[in-house]
Amino acid sequence: MSGWMGALFLRELRLSLRVGGGALIGVLFFLAVITVIPFGVGPDLNLLALIGPAVLWIGALLATLLGLDRLFQADRDDGSLDLMLMAGRPLEVLVLVKCLAHWVGTGLPLVLSAPVLSIFLNLEPLAIGAVALTLLVGTPALTLIGAIGAALTVSLRRGGLLLAVLVVPFSIPVLIFGVSASGAAVTEPTPFLTPFLLLAALTLISAVVGPVAAAMALRFSSD
Amino acid sequence: MTMRLVAENLSCERGGRRVFSDLALTLEAGRALAVTGPNGVGKSSLLRVLAGLVQPASGSIRIEDGDPELSAGEHCHYYGHLDALKPALSVLENLDFWTSFLAPGRTGARWQPMTPIEALEALGIDHAGDLPAAYLSAGQRRRLALARLLVVARPVWLLDEPTSALDAASEARLGELMSDHLAAGGMIVAATHQTMPLAEVGTLRLEAPA
Repeated sequence: MSGWMGALFLRELRLSLRVGGGALIGVLFFLAVITVIPFGVGPDLNLLALIGPAVLWIGALLATLLGLDRLFQADRDDGSLDLMLMAGRPLEVLVLVKCLAHWVGTGLPLVLSAPVLSIFLNLEPLAIGAVALTLLVGTPALTLIGAIGAALTVSLRRGGLLLAVLVVPFSIPVLIFGVSASGAAVTEPTPFLTPFLLLAALTLISAVVGPVAAAMALRFSSD
Repeated sequence: MTMRLVAENLSCERGGRRVFSDLALTLEAGRALAVTGPNGVGKSSLLRVLAGLVQPASGSIRIEDGDPELSAGEHCHYYGHLDALKPALSVLENLDFWTSFLAPGRTGARWQPMTPIEALEALGIDHAGDLPAAYLSAGQRRRLALARLLVVARPVWLLDEPTSALDAASEARLGELMSDHLAAGGMIVAATHQTMPLAEVGTLRLEAPA
C-alpha cells in the first residue's frame, strides 16, 4: 500500500531537484524579493523590523505560487497524468503525496532560508524564530490550496496567471494569521498562540479540502 | 468463465461533435482486435473511452470475470501517443516508478510480470538503463514506454499506433510480446493503420458517418 506512495514521493522530489525542476527557482525568487525591500524602503531600521514579517510572508506566498502551475501540467503534457488517472490508486492520496513532495522541494527551502533573509530586515531573534515557525506551519497550506488552482488550470496553456488569480484570494487568511502570529511574538500584549493555532487549523483544513477538490478537478480535466 | 471485455451501446462526443455512436464490441481472453479506419474517425477516442479517460456519452464498458474492486480502465494498460517519460530521470528510474505506482490487474498464475531489468532486456534497451531518458531516440523512448506493459500485469492492452517510430526488429519483437500476452490469456485492442504482426486478429473498421 505504502510502496507506491513512496515511489511517487521520491519521483516528485527527484524531478524538482534535478535539471529543469522548480526547487531552486522559488528560493532564488524569494531571495530576490527580500533583498530589494531594504533598498526600496530605505535605511529606517525600525520600519524594516515592523514590516519584516509581512514582507517575508508575502515573499513566501509569491515564491510558492511561482512553481505551482507545473504541479499537474508537467504530467499532463507528457501523458503521465492519463496513466495516473487509470493507475488504480486513490487520486486524493496521489494529490496529497504530490503536494507533500512539492512542499519539501520548494516550500521547505523557503522556511530554511527565511531566518537568514530576516537579517536583511533587521528582525530580532525572537521575531526570526516566530516567522520561521509560522512559515513552517503555514506554507503547506499555500501549496495545498494552490493544488486546487493547479488542477483547475491543468488543461490551459499558460494557466499560471489564472492560477494566481484563483489562488491568492483563498490564501489571504493564511497570510493574515501567519503575519499576525509572527507580529504577536514581539509585540507584548497580543497573544501569539491564538493566531498560530488558527494558522495550524487552516493548514489542516486545506490538507483535507485541497486533495479532495484537486482530485475532483483532475477527473474532469481528462479528455 | 473466461475474462471478457464487453462494451455496449458506446457513443462518444468530443467538443460537441459525435465521433461514433452505438458501438458494441466483445473481446474474449486471448483475442486481439485491430481498430482501423481513416484519420479522425475516432480510433484514439475509442481507446480513450475504453481506458476510462473519456466519459462515453452513452453506453457501458465492463470486464466480465475481472477484479470487482477495479474499474474497467484499471484493468487496462494504455499505450498512447505520449510516452509518459520524464527526461530528467534515468531509464530505470522511469520504469521503476511505474512498476511500483501502477496497481496490477488480476494476477493469476498465468500473468507473470517481468522485473524492470528483464523488460528492458526484452526490448533491447538494457544498455541504456542508467542514461537519463532525455538522451533516448524516438524509437528508444517508445520501447521504454512499452516496457511499462511488461512490468505490471494487466489483462487488457490498449495500444494506439503501437508500431510508430519502431524499427523492423523492434516491430517483430513487439509482435512476439503481443503473442505472448495473448497466449497468457490477455486481450489487445490496437488502433492501427498497419496489419498487426499476429496470427489471429479481429478487425473493427470505423467509418466516417455519412
